Amino acid sequence: MREIDVRIIAAFAKQELGKLAFEYPKDIAKSLKEAYLSERDAGAKDILGVLIENEGIACSRSIPLCQDTGMVVFFLKLGQDVHLVHGDIKDVLDQAVKDSYQEKYLRKSVVGDPLFERKNTLDNAPSVLHVELVPGESVELEIMTKGFGSENMSRVVMLTPADGIEGVKKAILETVRIAAPNACLPMILGIGIGGTMEKAALMAKHACLRTIGESHPEERYADLEKELFETINRSGYGPQGLGGDTTCLNVAIETYPTHIAGLPLAINVGCHVSRHSKGVF
Amino acid sequence: MRRFTLPLSEEDRTSLVCGENILLSGVLYTARDAAHQRLVRAIDLQEILPIELKDAVIYYAGPSPTAPGEVIGSIGPTTAGRMDSFMPKMVEAGLRVTIGKGARNLSAKEAMKKAGAVYLGAIGGAGARYATCVKSVSIVAYEDLQSEAIRRLEVVDFPVTVIIDATGKDRYGDFVMAGG
Repeated sequence: MREIDVRIIAAFAKQELGKLAFEYPKDIAKSLKEAYLSERDAGAKDILGVLIENEGIACSRSIPLCQDTGMVVFFLKLGQDVHLVHGDIKDVLDQAVKDSYQEKYLRKSVVGDPLFERKNTLDNAPSVLHVELVPGESVELEIMTKGFGSENMSRVVMLTPADGIEGVKKAILETVRIAAPNACLPMILGIGIGGTMEKAALMAKHACLRTIGESHPEERYADLEKELFETINRSGYGPQGLGGDTTCLNVAIETYPTHIAGLPLAINVGCHVSRHSKGVF
Repeated sequence: MRRFTLPLSEEDRTSLVCGENILLSGVLYTARDAAHQRLVRAIDLQEILPIELKDAVIYYAGPSPTAPGEVIGSIGPTTAGRMDSFMPKMVEAGLRVTIGKGARNLSAKEAMKKAGAVYLGAIGGAGARYATCVKSVSIVAYEDLQSEAIRRLEVVDFPVTVIIDATGKDRYGDFVMAGG
């Protein structure tokens, strides 16, 4: 049994949350630059140029890249031989959110009750915490600050086995079509196939965290990611949905066994900012 | 690129062409979801509105907090489609110019076309870039709504694209969202 101080994990979370609002993750920055160089549509190239310029301003003046600094999602992989000590992990992570959003002048975008009062909690807490128990004695924390322009364009579709791969592709491409004007393209697409309704949604969300350039471990799914990526970028929707070659920066699929009667599909749309980070303890 | 001073005259507004990139200088008012609910409730109750909609340019935006030494925080556009259901009443009350990101639905477009209103697009995600155009900011209403309060912004050379012009021509074409 290994003891890990939750305050160490929370300190990492606070530090990363303070940085994520101001600079693109490295893979996103590289991908946007490549897209800018290869884009053939003049208007699209201008927009990509503004997005790159925007990061320069955000970094140099500490003004967030986007005013929607997101709702914080944590994925915690907890080794079953770990004993977390010195506090409640959810409490200390939420405190990290409160502190970083206050100290770094980030927008507090969370309302307490979702339906009736919709009153701002004023500190961007609570976060959404997903815990997965894994073998071993280490802890991995993945952090995402999710903006809702793209989140609102996401969906879960309960397909049937007969819908098959064509049904999956059709639902994904229709989601991309609807998202194109609104989701701050170029987009990141996280896709969950299989499991149950909520498992598919969790996989789709987690897939958004994958580093650009990595692919699904199984070749046929890696091929499907590549095919979707190419089809989507041939669609011509382009940055902001205003036309161009650059519609999507990455397609990442996660999969899980499912029921004989079902083919759950979840599609989580991420914007080009796609703020994420990871730490291992 | 044509430059315009706000408020836009009717002549300027009707001269805008779908797809054109322009620069705006003058006053914008921010309003998003929660402020629209209050504005439309005030319209329904025939109350006096906190801003005169006739000459106003409404920017669908809610900034991040202002850091010391800055005029404003990050201030990019939010999704205009979420304000579509308010649009017929807002246009009827005099609103003619809105700025946001994304496509508008059919009922919003019909209301805009009837009145010759225009919808201008800013780049979603470029909030730091737009902050550099803002020269002053003050809260004019609904301060309790925090980032969603109505703010008066003075901007210089704020870049936008004409998405829907006064004739109803839409840069997003016949795009229809699920459920209209």
